[in-house]
Amino acid sequence: MTETTASPAPSASEARPGPFREFWFYFRENRGAVMGLWVFAVFVICAAFSPWLSPYDPTEQFREHILKPPAWQEGGDWAFPLGTDPLGRDMLSRLISGARYSFIVGVVVVSVAASGGIIIGLLSGFAPKWADSLVMRVMDIILAFPSLLLALVLVAILGPSLINAIIAIAIVFQPHYVRLTRASVLGELQKDYVTSARVAGASLPRLMFVTVLPNCLAPIIVQGALSFSTAILDAAALGFLGMGAQPPTPEWGTMLAEAREFILRAWWVVTFPGLAILVTVLAINLMGDGLRDALDPKLKRS
Amino acid sequence: MSTQTSTDPIVSARGLERFYEVKDGFLSKPKTVRALAGVDFDLYAGQTLAVVGESGCGKSTLARLVTMIEEPTAGSLSIDGKPVAPSDWASLRKSVQIVFQNPYGSLNPRQKIGTILMEPLVINRPDSTAVEREAKAREMLDLVGLRPEHFDRYPHMFSGGQRQRIAIARALMLDPKILVLDEPVSALDVSIQSQILNLLVDLQDRMGLAYLFISHDLSVVRHFCDEVIVMYLGRAVERASKDDLFAHPRHPYAKALLSTTPKADPEAKRERIQLEGELPSPMDNLPGCAFAPRCWLATEECRAQRPELQGETSQVACFHPL
Repeated sequence: MTETTASPAPSASEARPGPFREFWFYFRENRGAVMGLWVFAVFVICAAFSPWLSPYDPTEQFREHILKPPAWQEGGDWAFPLGTDPLGRDMLSRLISGARYSFIVGVVVVSVAASGGIIIGLLSGFAPKWADSLVMRVMDIILAFPSLLLALVLVAILGPSLINAIIAIAIVFQPHYVRLTRASVLGELQKDYVTSARVAGASLPRLMFVTVLPNCLAPIIVQGALSFSTAILDAAALGFLGMGAQPPTPEWGTMLAEAREFILRAWWVVTFPGLAILVTVLAINLMGDGLRDALDPKLKRS
Repeated sequence: MSTQTSTDPIVSARGLERFYEVKDGFLSKPKTVRALAGVDFDLYAGQTLAVVGESGCGKSTLARLVTMIEEPTAGSLSIDGKPVAPSDWASLRKSVQIVFQNPYGSLNPRQKIGTILMEPLVINRPDSTAVEREAKAREMLDLVGLRPEHFDRYPHMFSGGQRQRIAIARALMLDPKILVLDEPVSALDVSIQSQILNLLVDLQDRMGLAYLFISHDLSVVRHFCDEVIVMYLGRAVERASKDDLFAHPRHPYAKALLSTTPKADPEAKRERIQLEGELPSPMDNLPGCAFAPRCWLATEECRAQRPELQGETSQVACFHPL
């Protein structure tokens, strides 16, 4: 066959892959990312259907089965596959229910931090220089604190609860989005298509949200995916320090904190929540790397 | 090329200036860059005015002033007989549109061609219906020589020449009277350049557009324009009809510029004038002629006093015109 196939079919639905197909093509190349996606999918299913998936109520106490080891160990019972905790609650049920809290933390933190950060970043990218400098210095100050420390201070002010932990983590994460958005906006503003929109008479809001913002989204999506995992980690850390979710909420970090004193006697009460955090965070990070490879044109091999 | 000239100019500029303040260090006094230091011109419907000069002479600044992206520091600009003030920008925008040099940066990569073409209508004629807008966009696509199926594609699927056609189509969506062409072909291959130039000539004939053609490529200017302004360091040094300028440049700088244009005739004797020295910084405001430091005819008078543009049909700013 020669290359000169007569002029292509005139339909708009030509063989050109849609943006999603193209994304999947690049994403699939990264095997770690695909594995991460599967683990993340399991995590999302656990979060969404935890009341139906978990064998028992996560707070129900079985007084005659305190600190039962996992089923495969001597003394284990298949009624409690991953054993029970010091109060006789089923570990598996608590882990599955914990997925829901972690997922909520991730989603809320990322959406609050990203939407706030995008708007502030966009405004400061378009603002006059003095306002831009002011915003960026404030962000630098927030970034100068170690993030967990700042979150701790905020929770100490607001009072310990899961909601306050989420608010604190969202505030701590905000500056990353602001800087990222502003940097992309400044890069895009130099380009002729923005001037072209100005010459066409585009209003400032239109210029910001219709012309510039869609071109800045790729790095923000990647940052969103990566900070999803950091948010889960920070929420777990706050929970571990007693500043996040309060018992008996089956939040993974809180579970770790409660089980600390049994670490030598009953390895499963600390290991499983820890593993759950590790696996989830790792999977999301792998997935985020794949997202970056697929969305960032600079890393794309074409 | 159209020879029809209406009596009133469609764009008229008098003493147009644009200065930029440049901060030079933290505590020192800001310096003034005279990007454009007093330019006059008249542009008539159906005509093409070329602005030529080397990099940094203020060509693109002029384009930004005429398209109302920036406000002039001093001087007056009137479009269609109406003086331009920032408060009228919105209403005058429709009559002046611009085509940029780099077609890879001038189209929004996230929008489809149809959206790109319809955007000026969405902004400026909000009462038009979606059907009308689409019809107009498709008509324009046809006018610039693209196929209807290109309507739903993204910019990255097109070549440079095709993108430039799209940029031209977008500029024409509002039926402007004036098109500012900021080096519209210098980013394209030579074979594509001629296609785009022919398209521009064709559109000018059909729609009676006035072009302000900014270029550093004199061979393109020669085939395209009616009148030429040669600029040097923010000022016009010569203004003449195309034929006069190419046959007999009178300003030494114009002559030097012309002598560097490659000719396709290997037999022709080339007297290339090699200019010495650098373009003076636009930050120091020289008392005399800006070209004097590099000019082989310069005298004391040239260094002490600035020559003004003089003459009737062709004007030159020089004490010793050739």
